[in-house]
Amino acid sequence: MADDSSAWQLILAGDPVLLSIVRVSLAVSLSALALASLVGLPLGAMLALLRFPGRGILVVLLNALMGLPPVVVGLAVYLLLSRSGPLGAFGLLFTPTAMVIAQTIIIIPIIAAPTRQSVEDFWHEYRDELTAMGVGPIGRMMTLLWDARISLFTAVLAGFGRAAAEVGAVMIVGGNIEGFTRTMTTAVVLETSKGNLPLAMGLGIILVALVIAINAVVWTTRTWSERQAG
Amino acid sequence: MVGTAGGLTVRAPVTDLPLVLDQVSLDAGGAKILDRASLTITAGAPTLIVGPNGAGKTSLLRLCMGLLSPSAGAVTWGGRDDRAPVRRAIVFQRPVMLRRRASANVAYALAHAGVPRHARAARVSELLDRVGLAELSERPARRLSGGEQQRLALARALARDPEILLLDEPTANLDTAATRSVEEIVLRAAQGGIKIVMASHDLGQVRRLAGDVVFMLRGSVREQGGAAEFLDHPSTLEARNFLRGDLVF
Repeated sequence: MADDSSAWQLILAGDPVLLSIVRVSLAVSLSALALASLVGLPLGAMLALLRFPGRGILVVLLNALMGLPPVVVGLAVYLLLSRSGPLGAFGLLFTPTAMVIAQTIIIIPIIAAPTRQSVEDFWHEYRDELTAMGVGPIGRMMTLLWDARISLFTAVLAGFGRAAAEVGAVMIVGGNIEGFTRTMTTAVVLETSKGNLPLAMGLGIILVALVIAINAVVWTTRTWSERQAG
Repeated sequence: MVGTAGGLTVRAPVTDLPLVLDQVSLDAGGAKILDRASLTITAGAPTLIVGPNGAGKTSLLRLCMGLLSPSAGAVTWGGRDDRAPVRRAIVFQRPVMLRRRASANVAYALAHAGVPRHARAARVSELLDRVGLAELSERPARRLSGGEQQRLALARALARDPEILLLDEPTANLDTAATRSVEEIVLRAAQGGIKIVMASHDLGQVRRLAGDVVFMLRGSVREQGGAAEFLDHPSTLEARNFLRGDLVF
C-alpha cells in the first residue's frame, strides 16, 4: 500500500493489501461474533431462568463485564498464549485465532447481559402458559430465545459493533502483521502514527461504511421478522 | 421438542379425574386468598365457578391446574399429587400468544403434548377449524383480535387432548358475538366429553353453560350444587344477594 496514494484510489483500484486488511477484519470479527453468540445467548438465557445461590452477583458481574477494556482482555490473552504461558504450546500468539479468542471474550458479556434481561422479561410474560403446556427447562430456553429474537438482534449487533471497533486487544495478541493479522483498526493506528493521515482517514471511512452496511442488513431482517411475528 | 416418549406418557391411561381440593388454603403476603376451600370435580356437565371479583376464582383455577401449590391442604388429580400437567389444560383470562403465526401456536402446544411431528399438521388444521380460525392460520398470533386470540388459546388448550379444561373468565373482555363463539366452542368440548371448569361472573353465561355451580366468596366455597337449583333457590344469604345483583364482598 503506497503511502502517497489516496484512500479513494486504493478503494477504487481494489488494492490487494487494502482488501486483505478488510478481509482479516471481517473474518476475525464475524468469527468472534458467531462464537460469542453461541456462548452468550444460552448463557444469558440460563442466567435468566435458573435460580441458584450467587446468581445476583453473577448478573452484576456480567453487566459490569460489558465495559471490559479490550486492552485488558488483550493482555490476559497475551499472557495465556505467549510461549511461556499455559497455552503457549499451541503457538497461537500473533495469529488471527488469537484475535478471535480475545474478541470473543470481549463481546460475550455484551451479548449475554441484554439477552439475560430480555429473556427474563419474556419469562415473566410466558411463565404461566409454558408451565401449563408442560414445557421443560430446555424447551423454555429455546422458546424464549426464539420469541425474544427481535430484541436479541440488537444485542448481537452491539457485539459486532464492539468487535469491529476495538483495537487494543487485536493489536496486542495479533501484532499488526501485514497481510496476516493487520485489521482496519490496527492499520488506522499504524498509518496515523506514520503521519499518513489521508490513508488513515480512508481506512476509517471504509470501517464505518462496513459497519453501517451490516447494520442495515440486520435492520432489514429485523423489520421483516417483526412483520412476520406481529 | 418433546419426543414420542412424552406422547406415550400423555396417551397413557392415567386420568386427572377426580380433581380433589381438600381443605385448601392459599396465603400471599399475609393475605388469605383461599381459606379451607374443598371441592371435588368429576366428569359430567360444566362446572361454573361464580362469585365477585377477589373471591379467589382465579387462584382456585390455578391450583386446579397445578400452577400454584397450596399453603395448606392438598390438591390431587386422579388420586395423584404430581403437579405436572397431564390430562388438563387452562385458558387464561388474558392468554399470551407466542410471537409466531396462529398455526405455529397450535403446533407448539401439540409438540409439547407429545404429538409426533408427522401428525401435527393435520391436527393443527383440525383444531383451527374447530375454533373457526382456519382462514387466519397464517396470521401472526399477536395481530389477531381479542376474541380470535381467546379462540386460539382454546385451540392450544384442546391440542393437549385434555380431560379437564379450566377456563378463567375467557369472555370477560369480549363483545357479544365473540362471547357466543367462545361459548359454542366450550359447549362442543363439553359434549365431546371434556370436563369444563370455568370461572365467570356473568349469570347469563352460567345459565347457558352450567351443569353445576360453585359459589365462592372471600376465598371460600360458600355453596355448591346444580345450576338450576342454585340460580332459582340459593341456600345462602350471600348467594341470594349476589344473584339479585347486590354488592357482596
